[in-house]
Amino acid sequence: MGFPVLTAILLSPIIGALISVFIPKEESKIIKAVAGITTFISLVLTIILYIVYYTQYVKTGIGGFAFTEDIPWVADLGVIYSLGVDGFSLPMLLLTNIIGFTSVFSRSWSVEKRAKEFYILLLILITGVMGTFIARDLFIFFLFYEVVVIPIYIMVIIWGSGSKTKDVTKEYAGMKLTIYLLIGSAFLLAAMIWMYKEAAGILGTPTFDIAKLATIDFSTQFQIVVFGMMAFGFTCLLSMFPFHSWSPDGYAGAPTAVSMIHAGVLKKIGGYGLIRIGLFILPVGAKFWAPLIAIFAVANVVYAALICLAQKDMKYVVGYSSVSHMGFVLIGVASMNIIGLNGAVANMFAHGVMSALFFSMVGYIYAATKSRYIPDLGGLAHQMPVAAVGFVVAAMASAGLPGLVSFVPEFTTFVGAFKEPSLQIPAIIALTGVVLGAVYVLRMVANVLFGPRKEEWDHVEDIKGSYWIPVVVLIVFIVAFGVFPSLLMDMVDSGVQPIAAKLVQATTAAAQMGGSI
Amino acid sequence: MIGLEHFLILSGTLFCIGLFGALAKRNAIAILMGLELMLNAVNINLVAFARYVTTGILTGHVFAIFVIAVAAAEVAVGLALIVAIYRDRISVNVDDFDWLKW
Amino acid sequence: MIDFALHNAWLIPLLPAIAFLLIFLVFRPLPKVSAFIGITAIFLSFVLAVHVGIGVIQAGDQFVEHPLKQVVTWFEMSGLKIEMGVQIDPTSAMMLFMVSLVALMVNIYSLGYMHGDQAFSRFYAFLALFAMSMLGLVIAPNLLQMFVFWELVGLCSYLLIGFWWHKYSAREAAKKAFITTRTGDFGLLLGILLLQINFGTLDLMTLGEMIPNFQEYTNLSVGGLTAIAAILFLGPIGKSGQFPLHVWLPDAMEGPTPVSALIHAATMVVAGVYLVGRSLILFQTVPGAMAFVAFMGGFTALFAATIAITQTEMKKILAYSTVSQLGYMMLALGAGSLTGGMFHLFTHAFFKSLMFLGAGSVLHAMNNDADIWKYGGLKKKMPITYWTFLIGCLAIAGIFPFAGFFSKDEILLVVKEASHGAQFAGLYTLLFWMATITAALTAFYMFRMFFICFHGEPRDKSFHPHEAPFSMAFPLVVLSIFSIFGGFIGAPWVEHGFGYYVRLGEYHHPSVDWAIIIVSTILALGSIFLAYWIYGKKAVSHEALAQKFAPLYKISFNKYYIDEIYLWLIHNVLDGLGRALWWFDITVVDGIINGIGNAAKILGSILRRVQTGKLQHYALVLFAGVVILVLIMSFADTSSASLSLLGGVR
Repeated sequence: MGFPVLTAILLSPIIGALISVFIPKEESKIIKAVAGITTFISLVLTIILYIVYYTQYVKTGIGGFAFTEDIPWVADLGVIYSLGVDGFSLPMLLLTNIIGFTSVFSRSWSVEKRAKEFYILLLILITGVMGTFIARDLFIFFLFYEVVVIPIYIMVIIWGSGSKTKDVTKEYAGMKLTIYLLIGSAFLLAAMIWMYKEAAGILGTPTFDIAKLATIDFSTQFQIVVFGMMAFGFTCLLSMFPFHSWSPDGYAGAPTAVSMIHAGVLKKIGGYGLIRIGLFILPVGAKFWAPLIAIFAVANVVYAALICLAQKDMKYVVGYSSVSHMGFVLIGVASMNIIGLNGAVANMFAHGVMSALFFSMVGYIYAATKSRYIPDLGGLAHQMPVAAVGFVVAAMASAGLPGLVSFVPEFTTFVGAFKEPSLQIPAIIALTGVVLGAVYVLRMVANVLFGPRKEEWDHVEDIKGSYWIPVVVLIVFIVAFGVFPSLLMDMVDSGVQPIAAKLVQATTAAAQMGGSI
Repeated sequence: MIGLEHFLILSGTLFCIGLFGALAKRNAIAILMGLELMLNAVNINLVAFARYVTTGILTGHVFAIFVIAVAAAEVAVGLALIVAIYRDRISVNVDDFDWLKW
Repeated sequence: MIDFALHNAWLIPLLPAIAFLLIFLVFRPLPKVSAFIGITAIFLSFVLAVHVGIGVIQAGDQFVEHPLKQVVTWFEMSGLKIEMGVQIDPTSAMMLFMVSLVALMVNIYSLGYMHGDQAFSRFYAFLALFAMSMLGLVIAPNLLQMFVFWELVGLCSYLLIGFWWHKYSAREAAKKAFITTRTGDFGLLLGILLLQINFGTLDLMTLGEMIPNFQEYTNLSVGGLTAIAAILFLGPIGKSGQFPLHVWLPDAMEGPTPVSALIHAATMVVAGVYLVGRSLILFQTVPGAMAFVAFMGGFTALFAATIAITQTEMKKILAYSTVSQLGYMMLALGAGSLTGGMFHLFTHAFFKSLMFLGAGSVLHAMNNDADIWKYGGLKKKMPITYWTFLIGCLAIAGIFPFAGFFSKDEILLVVKEASHGAQFAGLYTLLFWMATITAALTAFYMFRMFFICFHGEPRDKSFHPHEAPFSMAFPLVVLSIFSIFGGFIGAPWVEHGFGYYVRLGEYHHPSVDWAIIIVSTILALGSIFLAYWIYGKKAVSHEALAQKFAPLYKISFNKYYIDEIYLWLIHNVLDGLGRALWWFDITVVDGIINGIGNAAKILGSILRRVQTGKLQHYALVLFAGVVILVLIMSFADTSSASLSLLGGVR
């Protein structure tokens, strides 16, 4: 590859941030435009990549990493600045760029002050998230992951907001979120270094290359311990019960754009890492922990969905619902077969676009009415019909309506889960989440949007101008991938195949050795 | 005959006096003076080792000169700080300088 | 043209889909254009559906065993392949014809009914979306495609029940409908998943071949397959308003009346029946599942009929009647007769949508006041509505030669046959009598409503009823023609009638059982006379009757308090669980997290005492450290590990 397209995608927002530094802070519109243009460039490049990869690598059955870039960075440690995309990371990259671009145009009232700093941090955040998905080197992955944590914290505590239904301040929310992310990353770092040392001992040369690490057969004991540490780190990030409580508080506290990025993509780093690093490198360890993950996954789905029923704050409903949806991802992971993993990955994508739209609409309504307390709202479809359409589409996608993006992934996940006899009962319990999901979103839709007109909201404005962008872009993706799921599923399947193959190979090998796993 | 041991005993004594001054005195200027004594004890050490152990190589001497230069700079900065603090607090007693605690 | 229609049947749902997009995205500000697009699209679909129907009939019974199937892959991965496509056989062709005809009539009717509504275009957009979904459901060659469109019709139902969303009641009814049917869909999805896992396919034809010999392909037991069938049946229970998930259907009448006629009488609610019909082989393989379906159907039929006799709103009565008739269809399927269920589905669609549209015409004339006790004497003011409604009532009551007569007798016949069968004979005998009683009750409550509304003197003089405009009268006339003659296609004297095409297994020429015909006709006529005696002639005061049977009247009037029970369960059990778990989340989960944080804080507040802030303390510790290190280096063993730790200095 001549043109380093992945680096270009990474650099575009960074250049945007650098340009913004030199723009006077009063010119918030120009800064926003710069952020919009640079993220748009990344988005367009990613879409082109997606199409090229889909036609040239997926349809032809080649698969594997493409558009790779390898530049030795810290040669003594074996760190390589190595990027690349395959059928697994490309949907995630696309997701990041969709949400990154649309989040720039989301609305939250607190961003009117210090807009310059906000957009600079947002661009850094987007770059960080993108980097984790395209890194092929564990060290680079971790580096980008740490890049993400800092802006998140600052953004929540400066531009965040407290809640009316729970005694939570934005500082508490930001702190909780950051500490969870850091605890997760601490375990991750330890596991990573241990694995690095172990691998260097086996291979003779130090390496952080994920593909190379995956060729090593680590001992069963080692796999179990290290996968446990990694799973703790990643599932914290994925808000697995009982490590989920940062997620609703964090989302509720964060400004709209951060909620969108966090719920939409940042969380998915957990699932991505769990599959790409955990399952791929340590399959035997994964097999050991799978039953526990399955149990927690079911708890995620049902527990969070039931809590949603008791919420009166819009952002908490969406926050807990995203915890609930992560349960589907975890069930897919726990199934450990290709269909389930496909479902898990596709679910991450589906939940990403859907929750981004949801947070965008909730944030818009909050920004317009200055309230997210559901009993205060009502009949808002009178005043803001466009926002109502976006809201209903998001709600229906959240309820898993066929024809929208989340149905096929959920169905696939469950097919995968039912394939494993031991997972059938948990899967049946988790399936009730489909009903509960409909109950809480429809309640919220009914109580926020429909019903008699309330005069007190007559002053609020409907979506107009650049606020149309999130609604249109996200709905287009939600419907397109819903009606033509093969656009997503073919891609995901090609990316997951090597991982699933490795799982099968490793577990059969372990079974032949009579290992007690 | 005066040997290496004598110099080392002298420098050790000087160092201990300086250390005691630095740790026990309450006056900030006295502490600085204690520090100076310790540095000079090191200087004696350096020169003595240079003379008796590595005869003909001037590394020790050069180092001693370095220490003197650094000590001069340090005193300049230290005194400036003490003067600045004195202007703020009207005190050179280090027991009053505990703003770094919790 | 026929050939074109047969091979391009995918156009039938696609046309309304295009209409939906055009109306919703482009022509929303132009109501007249929107209506034109909507009606044109559904008209074209109807024309295609008619040609498909002709094609199927011309082909004889060729399509019964070998449907015309075209599929494309929807998505595919290692070990899972899902297709989308079209399956044309007599059953789906019949449904295509029925759905597109009723949809066309309702689209025309709405021109008059929805005239002047500020969201006129949106209404046509949703109608088009519904037509697309329903037609897509009907032609589905596999269960997943059926489920996809099944959910989409549910969405349309939600959107259209809540069409007047500014009304509190409409918004609640819409929500209730979606959630209740979703509860059933849980079972349907689970059933589909279990079929996919066990048989590896969801294709109806393949399943039809595999299921009768299921022991060859799977290691399921008979009980296992029965469980799958019963779980799958939860979906139809929700969608087709069977007990105990029937509660949403009467509330769904909050939607505009054309919607009730289209979705909640003729098409969407029969999707459940259609699904059971489509997968009847699954149920037939395990007799237990058949008995379950038959019992649920028969019970629902009687149960809903007993509620309908005391209701006081036209649309509510019609809604319970729909529930009851859907139960009838299920009963027929449960008795093993695809023909009986589908035939009644076909005729019911016409006379029930006719009656709903007639009720809409009445409501339109009465300024949307729903209470039938305010009506009366509408016969003179609205003759077209009167006569067409009468046709509908006679048809549902099962009077010869109206459509309902043939289909209802067919059902009674098959249930009677089933009661002579090998298994569950007692149950089917019971169900036969329940069905017969239901038939009598149906005639009674329909004519009760008929006499109260149209006969006697106007009770409330403040209304000035007027006949419906042409756009509303025309569909009434068309549908009443079908209600009169629609039954003839399945009449016993027709050589190759309905049952020749829509059937499962061998073709049996319909027989005539005079006992059933005589009994059911006498019961129907007797009930009509009773209704006339009480409500037409007023020989007995209906209030006195209600007084006399007060407990029964009250329990029926309050619909057996099922809504109240559900509300209590949801508000106390489900929401209570939610609140309890939230409390748990805040106090226990958060408490542990915050506790760990606080523990760290407390530990810190102890340890920070070490930081005195006094320079000399720090210096002292520093030197003490140096001294200790020197001592260790002086006295420790040279080879010990501690030395290498210290850099190996000696």
